[in-house]
Amino acid sequence: MKLYEIAHSRAGDKGNVSTLSLIPFQETDYELLKNKVTVDLVKKHFGNIIKGEIVRYEMPNISSLLFVCQEALDTGVTTSLRMDTHGKALSYKLLEMEI
Amino acid sequence: MKQKIRIGCGAGFSGDRIEPAVILAEKGELDYLVLECLAERTIALAQKRKMANPDKGYDPYLERRIEVLLPHLVKNKVRLITNMGAANPVMAAKKVKVLAEKNGFDIKVAAVFGDDVLTYQNLPIEAFEIFNGENQAFELIKEKNNDTLISANAYIGVDGIIEALDSDAQIIITGRVADPSLFLAPMICEFGWSKDDYELLGKGTVIGHLMECAGHITGGYFADPVKKPVQDMIKLGHPYVDVFSDGSGIISKVEGTGGVINLMTAKEQLLYEVVNPNEYFTPDVVADFTTVKLEEIAENQVKVTGGGGKTKPENYKVSVGYKAFFLGEGEISYAGPSAFERAKLAGETIEKRVSSQFDDFRIDYIGINSVFGDKENPVIPNEVRLRIAGKAKDIDTASLIGEEVEALYTNGPAGGGGVRKYANEVIGIMSVLVKRNLILPQVKIF
Repeated sequence: MKLYEIAHSRAGDKGNVSTLSLIPFQETDYELLKNKVTVDLVKKHFGNIIKGEIVRYEMPNISSLLFVCQEALDTGVTTSLRMDTHGKALSYKLLEMEI
Repeated sequence: MKQKIRIGCGAGFSGDRIEPAVILAEKGELDYLVLECLAERTIALAQKRKMANPDKGYDPYLERRIEVLLPHLVKNKVRLITNMGAANPVMAAKKVKVLAEKNGFDIKVAAVFGDDVLTYQNLPIEAFEIFNGENQAFELIKEKNNDTLISANAYIGVDGIIEALDSDAQIIITGRVADPSLFLAPMICEFGWSKDDYELLGKGTVIGHLMECAGHITGGYFADPVKKPVQDMIKLGHPYVDVFSDGSGIISKVEGTGGVINLMTAKEQLLYEVVNPNEYFTPDVVADFTTVKLEEIAENQVKVTGGGGKTKPENYKVSVGYKAFFLGEGEISYAGPSAFERAKLAGETIEKRVSSQFDDFRIDYIGINSVFGDKENPVIPNEVRLRIAGKAKDIDTASLIGEEVEALYTNGPAGGGGVRKYANEVIGIMSVLVKRNLILPQVKIF
């Protein structure tokens, strides 16, 4: 299934960094996400879009994960040639991932 | 000292809607209204306007927003805190004072400034440090007088706002201030928090962060009709928060407005633009988001407790605006049989005609690969829009892309339509750090 079925996400941007939250609709699915949505799989899923390192933060206090992705916005929000310079739509790229 | 204050947030960016702020000022029973209107690049663009005309350089919506809010602010004794001063808070405050007098309101208006690093004479280069490997920003500051540098504004914290709040100014207009500080300053004043009680400053910063994007926490930029339906988006309300002296808060919105506040909207906003939840840096505190607790206590009411902080950073972060390049863009649509093949022929033709003149050149097929990139065996839609973009050193070269896309009407594949072309100078933003003791927030009351 796609992550979209069980979780939601919002993308944020800072310079050339994209932040992607991953929040299960049911808090009981937090463990499942923690086990299935690894940094390696996310990196592979995004392919060329995210060129730098990805760090995953676990937030048990709100049953959510946060992926902080370096070199994710071409050269950065203000100078990227991409259509979506902020990477706003990348949240839905994450939700497209199959687990 | 008060035990509780209510702060509304009526704008989350410079282009935000005005109506929700008016509803908050009119019916929100607020003590404070915050309008957060400065994104990273907004202030560099404002600086450009100020260079062209020293009377400008503040938010272009300033007068429009203040004029409709003023009667409600005065009647309901709500104090307004906003960063709409952008590159020129002093002029913004003067304008608001004149506007108030014209409308028969005798109020004081405060300008908070001192964030503009380029106004400080003789700051030694040793005062600066490279931020996150962004050497170019450091070099621009070092060379200071070159043609490339446009603006350099430090994210200052609560200090200037607190000084303004200690006066009887009803409207407080700042330049670059960290977004959560706009909310934290009235908490510090009203609750008598110490500026080195980092635990409380961290809690207040969590609340400020949850509020700063206005509609983000009330279901704006959250709605998905399939999985996350939001009721009555047309009347989307903006939030207010009841903050208590122990640093907890209850976020809600005016009855009868649209949207939703729940655990989902609060979690999305808590994590928005956070690069390290253990250490969320603001000028006031390094806050900890990993201990925040969120609880839905009633319909459209989320209680926020926990969170904290340790210390504050020794440096201010400075946003440096610079002339980056000239962007040229052109778009054209192809539809029906062989739409993608014709779009590709058009893209490849223009690439061969002009791409060698550009530092960076990009072809997108909107509907196929323009947002998520190339995919194996993509679904080919019935309509494909070709978009070409390039970075150039001058405006004439940048304009070539649009001109070549338009020329496809007689020199390209069959059936292309709907050409749009753009060419603009792009202002880039990078960051550098500056020692905080050299930057002095100032206040002027009108």
